[in-house]
Amino acid sequence: MKAIRILGRAIRDSFKSVFRNFSLSTAAIVCSSITLILVSVAMILSYNVENITKNLEHELTIVVYLNKETTEEQMNELKSSLENMENVDSYEYKSKDEWRLEMKNSSETLNSTLEYLEENPLLDSFIVRVKDVEHLKETSQEILKNDFVSSADYGEGMTENLISAFKVIEKVTIIVVIALILVTAFLISNTIKLTIFSRRNEIEIMRLVGASNISIRLPFIFEGLILGFLGGLIPVIFTIYGYVLLYDHFNGYVFSQLIELVEPFNFTIYISMILLGMGCIIGMFGSYRAVRKYLKI
Amino acid sequence: MNLIEVVNCYKTYNNGVTAVADLNLEIEKGEFVFVIGASGSGKSTLIKMLYREERPSKGKVIVGGINVAKLRNSKVYKLRRKLGIVFQDFKLLPKLTVYENVAFALESLGMKETEIRPKVLKALDSVGLKEKIRSFPNQLSGGEQQRVCIARAIVNDPKLLICDEPTGNLDPKISKEIVDILDKINKKSGTTIIMATHDKEIVNKMKKRVILLENGVLAEDNMKGSYKAHESN
Repeated sequence: MKAIRILGRAIRDSFKSVFRNFSLSTAAIVCSSITLILVSVAMILSYNVENITKNLEHELTIVVYLNKETTEEQMNELKSSLENMENVDSYEYKSKDEWRLEMKNSSETLNSTLEYLEENPLLDSFIVRVKDVEHLKETSQEILKNDFVSSADYGEGMTENLISAFKVIEKVTIIVVIALILVTAFLISNTIKLTIFSRRNEIEIMRLVGASNISIRLPFIFEGLILGFLGGLIPVIFTIYGYVLLYDHFNGYVFSQLIELVEPFNFTIYISMILLGMGCIIGMFGSYRAVRKYLKI
Repeated sequence: MNLIEVVNCYKTYNNGVTAVADLNLEIEKGEFVFVIGASGSGKSTLIKMLYREERPSKGKVIVGGINVAKLRNSKVYKLRRKLGIVFQDFKLLPKLTVYENVAFALESLGMKETEIRPKVLKALDSVGLKEKIRSFPNQLSGGEQQRVCIARAIVNDPKLLICDEPTGNLDPKISKEIVDILDKINKKSGTTIIMATHDKEIVNKMKKRVILLENGVLAEDNMKGSYKAHESN
């Protein structure tokens, strides 16, 4: 009962103190907001780059053409060997008739040429998706070992280069996010430390009138939590509204159909939760550190 | 029964200055004691050791059964809850109202609101500040602030009230009022009061026990002392 009363008073006092030290509170909130907005932008960027890379990778497939004389048995053999290959994510069978239909639909010239030929000159095939694009070459070579396989092609060139470029960007943005989070943690906790530094007399007086360490510390920790939370609210609004606006503006795609943005929901909700969580935890930690300095323990 | 016992107490600061040397003192429950002496005589150090802001380097300082020398930092609050402290510079929390300043000490004990309110009002009534409970410290005069400080010190009915030059910042008339309040507390509730002061007039008028410190040594301990006797020093 006593502990609950002390806790309840700590929460009440922390709210009072946020309002009574209005200018300092505002400074801490604004500082947290600005830095968290930066974190939010970096996170959105990083996640989108990751998503784009993933999409591109998904586009990249190995097309395995089979010899004309391939038997049903051999086809089953290939299926089971594909299933056993570690790097193979999925595969689908595409018959020569499907290819023909697709080609006919794609252009008039091809249509008339194919019409002219009585027999379908195309080959049956498997379209293979891999787990790791880096090992695309090895996988295709392994498939080629089957002598009834005519060829195993993959898009050597453009797409791969694009993917490796995006992979570099992805790594850079992750490093930027981590660096920003560290800087933010330092900035917010320092600002909150400063607001408490200006009130070290209070801590001294609390000690003199016989307040225990825990009852001195609790209101300050809650105050840090409140400041951090309020500092996180503006970036949350910025993230949700800003990203939805951006998404609508581009209709979900940047430059081309290839670069697709992540859908705003639940993506922005997750980012918001991370921002709020960061604000609260860093705020609490900052004030814990500050009070510790002025409490003789 | 002795409330305070100081036995062979020494205090040497880190810079090598010895503020208190071989001090022996006994103060009984219910006494009103003045501690006087020139600046640097060690009276502030003695007062600070009583509420464990300083720790004796050697010897014992026992306050209400607690040996201050052995008290750990994290347990200091246990001693401070048993005593009230009145400071020269009041040390009120500027962002709290008069009521909140006085209630604060009780709140940190986890006392119920229904117990706190009558205690705070009683304490503020006894220093004549019941009408100002909603004021903030900067809206009060020096004398009023010191009365809030006294109310805060006595709100938990301490056995001992330590006053570190409580009238140092106040004019003679207000100083007299403050000492009268302290005297009333001493007589009415039997609270032991130790008051460090420079104020000759007050010491001479009150005719209480006077402890004179000189260079950290007990120079005189007079049951009906006055400042006059030391003026030649």
